[in-house]
Amino acid sequence: MNAEEIYNILKEKFGEKIVTEFNAEKPVDPIISVDPLKINDVCEYLRDDEQLQFDSLMNLSGVDDNNAEKVKNENGTIITQGGTLSVFYHLDSTILKHKITLKVTVDKDTPEVESVAKIWFASNWHEREAFDMYGIIFLNHPDLRRILMPDDWDGYPLRKDYENPEYYDGMKIPY
Amino acid sequence: MGLLDKEFSDSNIVIAKVEDVMNWARLSSLWQLSFGLACCAIEMMATSASHYDFDRFGVMPRPTPRQADVIIISGTVTLKMATRIKRLYEQMPDPKYIISMGSCANTGGPYWEHGYHVLKGIDRIIPVDVYVPGCPPRPEALLEGLLKLQEKIRTETLRTKKKIA
Repeated sequence: MNAEEIYNILKEKFGEKIVTEFNAEKPVDPIISVDPLKINDVCEYLRDDEQLQFDSLMNLSGVDDNNAEKVKNENGTIITQGGTLSVFYHLDSTILKHKITLKVTVDKDTPEVESVAKIWFASNWHEREAFDMYGIIFLNHPDLRRILMPDDWDGYPLRKDYENPEYYDGMKIPY
Repeated sequence: MGLLDKEFSDSNIVIAKVEDVMNWARLSSLWQLSFGLACCAIEMMATSASHYDFDRFGVMPRPTPRQADVIIISGTVTLKMATRIKRLYEQMPDPKYIISMGSCANTGGPYWEHGYHVLKGIDRIIPVDVYVPGCPPRPEALLEGLLKLQEKIRTETLRTKKKIA
């Protein structure tokens, strides 16, 4: 089954409010955009439906879309406002041999996405990594803690507006 | 080694300075903490294996810091790991030595500018005896570093150092 057929099935089942966009622009793989608070329903359907059978989550990754507005405040320093974060889901059906990419986009100020950890167990640590690096909060995740950085680390290192701290635990960080 | 390589036949008594015997014993059985961090650790393991044979210098891995004399910092030290390394170092009994292996442990290496998570040199938290350059250093380089450490130990003294007025 190709990406467009999968998109049509999802659109019929969930409606355009939840399955918002289909983008098949080359050279990347076709991407279906989904409502971040309904992604768990969509994913459960993708896994369990007879025609789809997406039994494998190949990858889940966070992205900073780098679209924040840069504005000068009164002191003349540049700060960023707004912008979005995204999560990409690369799904594969090992039974039916088809693939699809899903995408959800959330505002940086309220980065809340429904967790799919109960649907594919593989996503548990991937979601923790996206939380660790981008601060994306996965609702109903069983154990949303930092996975790579120390527990008491401030900030989310892979965000575009992240600035390196001077010290961590008494150790100087800059070269 | 300089101490026992002179032949002696008619007597089983060796006369030597206590310092020399102590230093000789120390440098000939440097037990390293069995501990590796990154790609340098692979080279360190290769150095331990039969081709390069660390054991011929008396170096063998000990799985506990309480039985170790030397700790080889073999790889990138993240800030999270740095706190653990400091604790391991503090658990080792004196006298204890540190070999900093590879660019990452020496200076932060390729992470020197954008490595928000990397300690830029292990000497920021513990005192280093020998720095081995390379990325990663070949086993020959690590052996050279070990020989340098042995040289350093050979010149140690048991006397307290005189204060320089």
